[in-house]
Amino acid sequence: MKVFKAGAAAAVAAVLALTATACGGSSDKASSDGGASGGAKDKIVIGIKFDQPGLGLKTPDGKFAGFDVDVATYVAKELGYQPDQIEFKQAVSAERENLLANGDVKLVVATYTINDKRKAKVDFAGPYFKAHQDLLVRADDTSITKAEDLNSKKLCSVTGSTSAQNVHDKLAPKADLQQYPGYSECLTGLENKAVDALTTDDSILAGYAAQEKNKGKFKLVGLKLSDEPYGIGLKKGDKDLQTKVNAALKKMVEDGSWQKAVEKNFGPANYKAEPAPQITEGS
Amino acid sequence: MFDFLTSGQYDVLGAFWVTVQLTLYSAVGSLVWGTVLAGMRVSPVPVMRAFGTAYVDIVRNIPLTVIIIGCSLGLNQTLGVTLGGGTFKEIGFRLAVLGFIAYTGTFVCEALRSGINTVPVGQAEAARALGLSFFQVLTMIVLPQAFRAVVAPLTNVLIALTKNTTVAAAIGVAEAALLMKEMIENEPQALFAVFGVFALGFVVLTLPTGLLLGWVAKRVAVKR
Repeated sequence: MKVFKAGAAAAVAAVLALTATACGGSSDKASSDGGASGGAKDKIVIGIKFDQPGLGLKTPDGKFAGFDVDVATYVAKELGYQPDQIEFKQAVSAERENLLANGDVKLVVATYTINDKRKAKVDFAGPYFKAHQDLLVRADDTSITKAEDLNSKKLCSVTGSTSAQNVHDKLAPKADLQQYPGYSECLTGLENKAVDALTTDDSILAGYAAQEKNKGKFKLVGLKLSDEPYGIGLKKGDKDLQTKVNAALKKMVEDGSWQKAVEKNFGPANYKAEPAPQITEGS
Repeated sequence: MFDFLTSGQYDVLGAFWVTVQLTLYSAVGSLVWGTVLAGMRVSPVPVMRAFGTAYVDIVRNIPLTVIIIGCSLGLNQTLGVTLGGGTFKEIGFRLAVLGFIAYTGTFVCEALRSGINTVPVGQAEAARALGLSFFQVLTMIVLPQAFRAVVAPLTNVLIALTKNTTVAAAIGVAEAALLMKEMIENEPQALFAVFGVFALGFVVLTLPTGLLLGWVAKRVAVKR
């Protein structure tokens, strides 16, 4: 019995110690996240896509490349984090809100279109980029010039994505739509002529077309079928961070880094990005 | 919280109907294919036995997702196989059914083979003594008794198949899991409610199957 009591006391002590350190850890993090004074502090966790060339891509050697990555790095720098203090975390579309709400990531820079339903759960800074839904076709294909042409075409998009829904709800209800989990599967079909076009945001398409192995095979049609203002997702109610991120984005456009990032990541696809959009969130 | 159900934007019942259709076609197909495979595995012809064993051992060890995506990307997108379907909707559905039959057939075969083992050897020997051929012994004496013994294991295979149909979302078949993805994309604020609705949907599909076939299993089992 005595042994049991001693054991219980030890266990309680251990639990207390653990919770105490856990609290300490989280409050440390909170205080360092708040300030933008720079200097020594721990890491910032940013959610990006890992599978979208041109925007957010994890390369085989473990590095990250793309426009979202460049924006994230710049914003983090303005918040006082050096590139080696950034930890990128994969933020697949369905998980973005929860990652932010749970505090797993500080920012989400992952082709995150600003809309009202999402604003109910998270806040946005930006927009930092304006994309449009567009079509990717084989380079020698001239048969698609407007959205209605799709009604007689075979089309491919990503399962459940807004672009896919857009097509069968509004743009071309009669289009023969194939849905796959990723864009790479669609590219296989496009190359083999099993599908005629691939649809999603033009920025994502440009990233695929600009890839080394795809150069010259595909082209963008340039239809601007929708507006997709990309924002940086933040935890709901963090107005302070929102202001800082907005300021960082503004500075990025003004000092030319924004333009440079666009050219670097989308250039080879013959994709003409629009000038940086006006910041509308939180101001 | 559940207003996405009443908004009329999502056809949840329609999506589950596709799930049911996928399940039924695949169940019938894999029952037939599994029986053929089981017949091969117990047949006196060595080549057929070898084929049956090799097929079952290989196919049941390939992940279902790989089989289904292989059907779509490999057969359809690369080789141009359409199975007589005109639109991607038809093609995807048929390819999915094909994949499910190829995969589930192996499990049906193994369940059935265990059922065949419950039939006393004397039954087959008596049938042989009457002058019946192997095919007659199998279809008239052994299989009817084997089936009655394996209703319960086959129920498990059927329930697993029902849930496995969600994999068809990977090749764009518009069943429940695909609609769920769509709803998560549009309704991030109701994530858990969406999950709940679909989880419940599958319980509603599989629970009665289990209860009904469990009752059937008790009724038809051969008491030995």
